[in-house]
Amino acid sequence: MSTPFRTLVKDGLWNNNVVFAQMLALCPSMAVTTSGTNGLGMGLATTAVLVVSNVLVALIRGVVSQEVRIPVFIVLIASLVTIVDMALNAWLHDLYKVLGLFIALIVVNCAILGRAEAFASKNGVWPSLVDGLAMGIGFTFALTVIGLIRECLGSGTLFAQASQLLGANFAFLEIRLHDHGGALLMILPPGAFAVLGFLLAGKRLLDARLEARRKTAAAIDTAPVEA
Amino acid sequence: MDFGTLKAHPLYQPVLLGAMALLASASLAWAANATRDAIHEAENRDLRDSLTQVLPEGFANNDLLADNALIDVGAATPLQVYRARQDGATRGAVFKVAGKGYGGEIILLMAIDRAGRILGVRVLKHTETPGLGDKIETAKSGWIERFAGKALETAHWAVQKDGGDFDQFAGATITPRAVVKTVKDGLETFARHQAAILGEAAETPIALKVEGAK
Repeated sequence: MSTPFRTLVKDGLWNNNVVFAQMLALCPSMAVTTSGTNGLGMGLATTAVLVVSNVLVALIRGVVSQEVRIPVFIVLIASLVTIVDMALNAWLHDLYKVLGLFIALIVVNCAILGRAEAFASKNGVWPSLVDGLAMGIGFTFALTVIGLIRECLGSGTLFAQASQLLGANFAFLEIRLHDHGGALLMILPPGAFAVLGFLLAGKRLLDARLEARRKTAAAIDTAPVEA
Repeated sequence: MDFGTLKAHPLYQPVLLGAMALLASASLAWAANATRDAIHEAENRDLRDSLTQVLPEGFANNDLLADNALIDVGAATPLQVYRARQDGATRGAVFKVAGKGYGGEIILLMAIDRAGRILGVRVLKHTETPGLGDKIETAKSGWIERFAGKALETAHWAVQKDGGDFDQFAGATITPRAVVKTVKDGLETFARHQAAILGEAAETPIALKVEGAK
């Protein structure tokens, strides 16, 4: 069984997006997305862990038996996250201070175990790597979008403190839209639920439109040509 | 015996789990060992940075990190104090205080001069709501800087909502209230144990006291 890489990428980014389609990992998606920068940081850290865990799981998939696969994967993921946590703390300390709180949360991100179980344990190393990368980027995209919407409505900024996460060169990303504060509700947990709900509805609407258009196009193609 | 039959053996699963756990522990131990010094160094650098931030420039010229003492202030854990000296003369002290915020413990570092005036306060660690309570960080807003120059008797130690001198920020009252209370507690601790904190009391340091207590 092998899926073309193009499909893997499309699935990860849109069709089977972790947040918008699989609706997994909703806890980090809502808890940390109080700003675009937070969403981006959490997404990138998760992507890194997801890619490595997918590759490792694909490597050991022949040795691991069906019955104990879940504990084996959990031990693997937890160790991986702890090592990433320590390495960031030691050598990228400034980044760690921004992301620190989120990194430990990656262990309980069910998207990672989900991909290990659903994909990497049944596929080779290369497809698993591509899948991890695509799913991770899709997750980052979702978190950044939710974060940006909440930040824009809630505090009137975009990518505030991006330079703390990405370095001083990215200070241009930080935009102040207005100084009136904003709807506090959007920063609080209810704002996360509301934004996610609207985004999910929006994606379904868009998919339904696209599907309808494809159907009419197909109907026109197959319709008999009238003289 | 091929791999398939080996895998079907009842002992295969516990051995596999055990081997995985052993591998994981070994790699964690190795990683902890490899990062220990770097993490320790980074944390010390952070502490040194915070120490210089809470003190006005040119206030002290000693190595504060090395010039520390543990003082018994009647709390469960002794107070770790760093002393600020200019050419040997003690000018003030820096210590950590902890309070309870909205999301958990807030740990502050505060510097006080000999007269009991605050030189500066910084947040070392907190778990307040991102985007709301985290305005106590200097990276997010300058709120915490308004403590500088205040003393126990020259301010009303409460947020404005409670009739005090310190403004709360929109949507978060518990966090600033906790910080104000914690700073006030710190000032009171200082007032009660000023001589010991500044290292000018006849009191012996705790380490010696414990030995002599036998």
